[in-house]
Amino acid sequence: MSMTASPIAHAVGLGVRRGWLEFVQSVRSTQDQGFYVFTALLTLGYLWIRRNSDSGVPGLPFAALALPSLLAALIVFGIIIGPAYTIAMEKEDGTLLRHRAVPHGLVGYFSGQLLYQSLNLLPQMVVILVPSMLLFDGLMSDVGGWFTVAWVVALGLAAALPIGMLIGGLVPSVQKVGMWGMLPVMILVGISGIFYPIQQLWVWVQWVAQAFPLYWVGLGMRSAFLPDAAAAAEISGSWRTLETVAVLGGWAVVGALVTPMVLRRMSRRQTGSQVQAAREATLQWVR
Amino acid sequence: MRYGDHDVLTGVDFDVSVGEVVCLLGPNGAGKTTTIEILEGFRIRSDGELLIFGEDPATAGERWRARTGVVLQSWRDHPRWTPRRLLTHLGAFYAPYGTPSRPRPWDVDELLQVVNLTDLADRKIGTFSGGQRRRLDVAIGIVGRPELLILDEPTAGFDPKVRRDFHDLIHRLSDLDGTTVLLTTHDLDEAEKLADRVLVLAGGRIVADDSPAGLAQRVGGTSEVRWTSGGERFVHATEDAADFLRGLLSQSGDVQDLEVHRASLEDAYLALSQQHEAGSAEQAARRFLEVTR
Repeated sequence: MSMTASPIAHAVGLGVRRGWLEFVQSVRSTQDQGFYVFTALLTLGYLWIRRNSDSGVPGLPFAALALPSLLAALIVFGIIIGPAYTIAMEKEDGTLLRHRAVPHGLVGYFSGQLLYQSLNLLPQMVVILVPSMLLFDGLMSDVGGWFTVAWVVALGLAAALPIGMLIGGLVPSVQKVGMWGMLPVMILVGISGIFYPIQQLWVWVQWVAQAFPLYWVGLGMRSAFLPDAAAAAEISGSWRTLETVAVLGGWAVVGALVTPMVLRRMSRRQTGSQVQAAREATLQWVR
Repeated sequence: MRYGDHDVLTGVDFDVSVGEVVCLLGPNGAGKTTTIEILEGFRIRSDGELLIFGEDPATAGERWRARTGVVLQSWRDHPRWTPRRLLTHLGAFYAPYGTPSRPRPWDVDELLQVVNLTDLADRKIGTFSGGQRRRLDVAIGIVGRPELLILDEPTAGFDPKVRRDFHDLIHRLSDLDGTTVLLTTHDLDEAEKLADRVLVLAGGRIVADDSPAGLAQRVGGTSEVRWTSGGERFVHATEDAADFLRGLLSQSGDVQDLEVHRASLEDAYLALSQQHEAGSAEQAARRFLEVTR
């Protein structure tokens, strides 16, 4: 079967347009604005209540230590759970099937998802970073840290987004995203040194945490915001930048290879009667 | 076609010519949706041969996809989009497949007019009623100006006015655009109105394949003629309605509210549906075959 590159490129272009449109529609929707405000209030509230706690590093305010880790957790949570829910939902409501009926529609759909889910990080970061900067002093120790923030976020995105898309593609129904998406991510947040130092946990738990992207995004974010002296509190007393790049890069490469394959197989099973069945199941469930 | 060790489709054998409107008629559970999904290329069949535009839908490429339109039953997808945006977006995927004789996609303003959604073009789809959504489904199905259009129970939930508009649209697509149309329905009346040819599906096989008129003839029963004359209602059953009408009209100048009713096809189909839904699909199919022989 011969396929010229241009219709595919055309479909990717349309997908990018779709992603941007979905992003604009999301930012304008009160539902999504509410979600951002909610996460911002939770984060800022936590930092405010504990503003006088001891950070463990002399001269470093507690908010400065906690913010990078919280930001990492929110980012990773968002880029795993966001696409997981979206894809699981759009499998059920027929969005995916619609694209299957259109030439190269699935190429367009998934390119759109990639852009849309990536762009979603921006408002999430803005609603937390801007008020934090106004409320607390000494958050960013060195202006050059913003560059580190940029690459850690980009690499974290490449590492975690495929995981979210895989969960969305594999879960049998939207209701199962809680079980197969939320729960594992919550556990990871619990063991990845976000709320307390990872060294306080059992060694095997530390190894589990370090096998997943979240710990490394957290470490990378701390390396961006905190002074070098704070590295002493980390495992092996270092920011381990090379290891961060290696682990996140590894997840990104594996994700880029596996995810399209799985999503293609999943999309091939989409039929009208499946959408119909999902619809009936939901109606039953609500009753 | 087989689910587990249960064959759901055993004898589905038919050809469709270009420009034909073919109706797959059958009671619920007859296998209409399964057949349609195999034709759409969305479902892999366990056995049998199928060629559309010379390709097997299960393995055909995107060029094939561009020539085939599918009307899907939407539910709550794209709630934040407007019809204009969604049709523009989905239509654009067809642009590389346009030809001078068949430019693709369909102009969105014109299409919105065709399905009577112009007034709602910029409203969020999430606020649409069921009927409005169904009209949008049809628009999405034809935005790529398909040469073959496949629809599964397209008029389910339509009110009579919208249903008639839809019938006009199907005739327009087939007459003006030369679109081949394949649709399912469980409504005999609709099949008779729309189709050049009706395939009756029961018990997983095609039990009749004919024009609506031919089908009625095959049942071969009597027609019922009703009319009013001098304020009085008359009913007459006849084997040859045309001959009877000639006689009736030449004898009496005062014939009003004239109706000719082919009760027998309807009766045969009704019996098929009832038996089928009562669980004896095989028996129902066999009896319908005998009646239409």
